[in-house]
Amino acid sequence: MTAPASSGRTLFDKVWDAHVVRSGGDEPDLLYIDLHLVHEVTSPQAFDGLRLAGRRVRRPDLTLATADHNVPTTGTVVTDPVSARQLEVLDANCAEFGIRCFPMGDANQGIVHVIGPELGLTQPGTTVVCGDSHTSTHGAFGALAFGIGTSEVEHVLATQTLPQVRPSAMAVSIDGEAPEGVTAKDLALAVIGRIGTGGGFGHVIEYRGDAVRALSMEGRLTLCNMSIEGGARAGMVAPDDTTFAYLEGRPHAPNGRAWDQAIEWWRSLPTDADATFAKEVRLDAATLVPHVTWGTNPAQVARIDGAVPDPEELSEAAAREAASRALAYMGLVPGTPMREIPVDTVFLGSCTNSRIEDFRAAAAVLEGRRVHDGVRALVVPGSHRVKAQAEDEGLDRVFLSAGFEWREPGCSMCLGMNPDKLAPGERCASTSNRNFEGRQGRGGRTHLVSPAVAAATAVAGHFAAPSDLPSRVAR
Amino acid sequence: MKPVAVVSGRAVPLDRSDVDTDQIIPSDWLKRVERTGFGKGLFAEWRDDRGFVLNDPAYAGATVLVAASNFGTGSSREHAVWALMDYGFEAVVATSFGDIFRNNCTKQGLVPVEVTPEVDRAILDAVGGDPSLLVTVDVARGTVECGDIQAPFTLDEFTRQRLLHGWDDIGLTLRHGEGITSFEAARPPWFPSAAAPQTG
Repeated sequence: MTAPASSGRTLFDKVWDAHVVRSGGDEPDLLYIDLHLVHEVTSPQAFDGLRLAGRRVRRPDLTLATADHNVPTTGTVVTDPVSARQLEVLDANCAEFGIRCFPMGDANQGIVHVIGPELGLTQPGTTVVCGDSHTSTHGAFGALAFGIGTSEVEHVLATQTLPQVRPSAMAVSIDGEAPEGVTAKDLALAVIGRIGTGGGFGHVIEYRGDAVRALSMEGRLTLCNMSIEGGARAGMVAPDDTTFAYLEGRPHAPNGRAWDQAIEWWRSLPTDADATFAKEVRLDAATLVPHVTWGTNPAQVARIDGAVPDPEELSEAAAREAASRALAYMGLVPGTPMREIPVDTVFLGSCTNSRIEDFRAAAAVLEGRRVHDGVRALVVPGSHRVKAQAEDEGLDRVFLSAGFEWREPGCSMCLGMNPDKLAPGERCASTSNRNFEGRQGRGGRTHLVSPAVAAATAVAGHFAAPSDLPSRVAR
Repeated sequence: MKPVAVVSGRAVPLDRSDVDTDQIIPSDWLKRVERTGFGKGLFAEWRDDRGFVLNDPAYAGATVLVAASNFGTGSSREHAVWALMDYGFEAVVATSFGDIFRNNCTKQGLVPVEVTPEVDRAILDAVGGDPSLLVTVDVARGTVECGDIQAPFTLDEFTRQRLLHGWDDIGLTLRHGEGITSFEAARPPWFPSAAAPQTG
């Protein structure tokens, strides 16, 4: 694990260098993978490949599987036979290759990017991969974590390594203090709005600055989760006392002497003062307000006090055309204030925003209030552990009495692989990460928001920040 | 994968930026556990629109897809590549690609042809005006040609050799088996294990 003792390395450089099995020649660096997370959708063909070649899984002990994309959230009966088959195949493959798996209904089951951190498996300075683009989430711990395709899943299963072309490091510095009501989700949307969907191409983003340091682990997970929407390979936050406090005592965190050794190394990981970044972007958190997307990619985003933009006012032809197409799909008229757009559905969940803190923020808004007539609202916890903790804290009762549905854990309406979908034309305020056409169901219209805005929107019936809501009636 | 040296065929102009993998292959199709048969799902929702370019008989049988910027953005689903190839595409021309999608292409032998915005626009206009025009992608030379247009495209040397020889990535890596074993022996003891924790 020794790296050249050169000065001026970034967090990314340090983690990368510590994982290079070999480099040189015409080949890209061969990186060692510390943790491989597996789910049912992108793994079946990889296991088939292993079988065809007569290969085994090199390190089952560094591999963990769970079912998340297809699982229903209203019980454990999978009505779609194709989904049911995919879930069965995951169980069978894990049994055959000796991989620990948390199937539907298991107390540890949940969205793959929620369970890694909560079990203490995601640790600073490690490399984490998964056949899912939102693997960038795990970078919140100062891990180098990125999504891979099925061929690469097979590669990691067989070799525990990946050949990778070294990306460059990019700094996204968010200075200042975020005003009340501005959450990690709003920071993420503001960053993508600034850099665009391709702003992070070929780069690993390090999120820096006071507003990032002030975030909880849940907030950092949300921020890193959406790095991929800005085109970056991964997103990272340097580990600090917030990280260590979150990890200590979790089932897979080191303990005893190993914990002390780990902490010592983790403290050496943050970017050196004299390190340089290939690219740098700065934002001032103090100027931000909650954000809402209006289009069909996450960079098509507005401040909640803003309005649907007029494509004609965009200078670039391609952006103009993309915006026109997006508005036609979304059924929106330029100039409409964001706060006047009514919604049919509110979805609180996904690997972006389905953790305990997200639910606390939403419940704080919903306490003593009711979901607007005609609005369908559902909460889908990220994992069984999140669900149990929320129920211990009584949050389920707040959601239920406000008129939300309280569901079982899974990816759910983020991508509609299970029965939770939007109908054509249905408009949704969603705490997920992608507002692509048809993402939540064919013809569905997705607006990305924070949990607090989702809750306030459910009450108002149109996009709203918590501060827009009338005072609660005293009981 | 099969070696690929030259792709030459007619091309479909898909003049859109940020074509995400949810459009290329909608999530309903991801429930399948096979690697084949995804061509029917390619752009499934857009193909419902009769005016969509893929429904234009003039472009039937094309083997090159020409898009704009950030093609294949979004999800890591390799199904997007399987769908494009199953449909008959052998190369995609764009000004930029989603990172994971691009990686997935090179694992399967779908050639990602990254060109400048000027070249991309010229090819889009050319094949848009004349569906019979051939686009030729030469992997060894790293060039793309279409009518009067001839331009280089970006491809790292290792990927070029892998495509030309159809090398199996896992096989290449297993040549470094000893290196992997000695790296593992030196891993620090505090690194995480996914095995069930001992309960005391």
